[in-house]
Amino acid sequence: MSSTHTHQLQSHSSPTRSGGISASALAREFKGGIRAVDGIDLDVAPGEIFGLLGPNGSGKTTTVEMLVTLLLPTSGSASVGGYDVVDNAGDVRMRIGVALQEVALDPLMTAWDHMRLQCTLHGLTRTEAKTRAEELVKRVDLLDAADRKTRTYSGGMKRRLDLALALVHRPEVLFLDEPTTGLDPHSRAGIWDEVRRLANEEGVAVFLTTQYLDEADALADRVAIIDRGHIVAQGSPHELKARIGDRSVVVRAGAEQAVVVASVLSTFGHASTAADGAVRCQLAGAGVDLTVIVRALDAANVNVESLSVHAPTLDDVFFAETGRPMSLESEAV
Amino acid sequence: MAFAVRRRPSPPAQFRDLTLRAIRSTAHGGDAIALPIVFPLLIFAINIEALESILLVSGFPTGHVADFAVALTFLQGALFSGIACASRMASDIESGFIKRIALAPVSMPVVLGARFSSVALVGVLQGVCYLGASLVGGATVAAGLGGVFVIVGLAILFNVTFASVGILLAVRTRSGEAVQSLFPVFFVFIMLSSALMPRNLIEAGWFRDVAKSNAVTYMLEAIRSLFIRGWNAQALELGAGLAVGILCLTALLSLRGMRRLMVTP
Amino acid sequence: MSPPFFIITMLFPLIFLAAFSGALSPLFYVEGFSYSQGYTAFVYGFIILQAAAFGGIFTGYSTARDFDIGFASRLFLATPRRAPIIAGYVGVAVIRSLIAAMVLTVAVLVGGMKSRAGFTQDALLVAMIVVVAMIASLWACGVAMRIRATRGGPLMYTPILVVLFSTPVYVPSNLLRGWLGTVIHWNPMTYMVEGARSLLAGADHAVGRGLGYGAVLLALALVWALLGVRQAERSTW
Repeated sequence: MSSTHTHQLQSHSSPTRSGGISASALAREFKGGIRAVDGIDLDVAPGEIFGLLGPNGSGKTTTVEMLVTLLLPTSGSASVGGYDVVDNAGDVRMRIGVALQEVALDPLMTAWDHMRLQCTLHGLTRTEAKTRAEELVKRVDLLDAADRKTRTYSGGMKRRLDLALALVHRPEVLFLDEPTTGLDPHSRAGIWDEVRRLANEEGVAVFLTTQYLDEADALADRVAIIDRGHIVAQGSPHELKARIGDRSVVVRAGAEQAVVVASVLSTFGHASTAADGAVRCQLAGAGVDLTVIVRALDAANVNVESLSVHAPTLDDVFFAETGRPMSLESEAV
Repeated sequence: MAFAVRRRPSPPAQFRDLTLRAIRSTAHGGDAIALPIVFPLLIFAINIEALESILLVSGFPTGHVADFAVALTFLQGALFSGIACASRMASDIESGFIKRIALAPVSMPVVLGARFSSVALVGVLQGVCYLGASLVGGATVAAGLGGVFVIVGLAILFNVTFASVGILLAVRTRSGEAVQSLFPVFFVFIMLSSALMPRNLIEAGWFRDVAKSNAVTYMLEAIRSLFIRGWNAQALELGAGLAVGILCLTALLSLRGMRRLMVTP
Repeated sequence: MSPPFFIITMLFPLIFLAAFSGALSPLFYVEGFSYSQGYTAFVYGFIILQAAAFGGIFTGYSTARDFDIGFASRLFLATPRRAPIIAGYVGVAVIRSLIAAMVLTVAVLVGGMKSRAGFTQDALLVAMIVVVAMIASLWACGVAMRIRATRGGPLMYTPILVVLFSTPVYVPSNLLRGWLGTVIHWNPMTYMVEGARSLLAGADHAVGRGLGYGAVLLALALVWALLGVRQAERSTW
């Protein structure tokens, strides 16, 4: 005789009792003393899209694996869907949907086969499984390919199926680990639309890790930037960018003139020189007149090769917190 | 907005669907059905002709080579099937599919049991084929119809035992290559046994001692006894008992390893 | 050379040797068993060629693995000539087989095997090993070139093992009857095995036929391999 539990979405912002994620001083140390995650605190409310943004190797996947109960934390605590990830791992797993970085599908199974198996593993009856499978396969636009074995699928199709599989049991919390890595723009947009719909219409708390700035910017209600296992900044994308200031200017004038350029620009804000000699300056405030900057460079006899102006990005936020641009970190690894 | 009614999943339904999946992947690869049946039968067909002179060795226990040689066929078949089953498990671990299963509310005994079921089904097929071939080759089952069922039962048991050893290695090493490397290891055990000559007729003392300490010898003798002698409780108890012992030990260790796979400490 | 393959190339023949000579030695006393050098030498004559064949088969595995990891495509793009590609793989097989043969020979001599082979017979035995290694590796490479994946493994070794075991493995040919007794006379490998055994007995009268058949098989295997290379090339382009 099976017991049943019914959960209703509660419309308060506290993440702990039903739905949502809460982590306190969560840490994970591996052999050799490597602290991949070094004491992070975060909260995700039901219906919220939370983005964990960071370069490769910053601790995003380790964080996800702890929250989805695949990895035991070394210290700290976390609860998902109101249940502790260590003491009540089974209850957590019943309430979460997970799409990990590696899309692990059985190449010999069709989309229908995958859906059927996933439904059975999560306790859906045959009838429920059939209905749910049809609904989700249609929703992720795989109806035409659903009878084919997944070894014939493109990367985008596999990711969409992975997302559908994570949703069969209507999870309260959805974990997406770099869900659009390697996808074409069309597939990416499709996944973004579905994630927004899940959060807005179904009240699912979405925990999304990404190394793409535009993804975090466009999708997340709140973002935490992680670097070397630490959260260095947390807030809405707008709040984080506002902290940085208004704009930044990048001037290229040849490596031999970099010192002069940096000296000139430092009067307008915080300037730093990159290895290739380009000087970047975070302007102090919105009122800085670009014409004044150009005149100041001219007065210092600088031969400007290029000058570009950038609105603040999350990369700027990362740079401000760590002294390194996140985009280069992601490329380098 | 309401979330799903959280119903406890049904282990029998999970077992059924995981077994179906395991059978599907088994049926797809030639290494899991065709090879475990065809190759041992080829060797059997050659051996019953090539070893005919063995009947002239004084004290040989039977008048038909097939009665004697068929036992090796069963063990060779178990070797191939067991490794194929374990390779499928290793593949799931390497690809991360096992994590997908782990994140569902399914218990590890159900996952392992499904794997065992698929290789057990292959064992039924193998048992029937080898039995048929042995009868065509001139063998008789001294233990009668009941013995036929026990022979098929032993085929299932040996398949699952070999698979269990392979799965333990797959879980520990998380590598398909490591599982494949079990082939020569199992092969050594099979060859250094009473596969080719009854223990009491082996001349070389060292070989006789090695065969005596080898669990595979008793598995061979368990099957062989049903063809040649009929019901021999000691042979059956030893052969089946050793297989069950190895199976239980390796399965328990595999379950422990699988729990570590599902939640890395 | 991959360590696991290398170890298996040596391990399998040693195990067969131990099993056959250890378990089946009573067959030596069966009436009509016509070989004077003892049962160990009798099985050694088969196993030394089996070891050579294994060396060839595992080279085929290596070739298939090169396709799996994408290295083979680079190889084909790097050179316009097919023969050197095959020669490389075959060369490795021969070296592997000779090392395995050396280990096997040391093992049987330490175990007390009797042999009347002189220098000429030894040289001819080495020639037979090389020929069998080349045949097996060319066959296996040809399969690897066509399937271009390690899942072709069973197709590499099954025919070779069937051919090997359809020779007088456990007893001389005069003691074999039935369909096997007929098949062995049609099997070219039978003459190579009997040739190897005659060399160990200090004679070489059976060697000529063995090496002759070996040469024919070698030529056929070479054609098979080169056609396989051509097929693999087309798939690369």
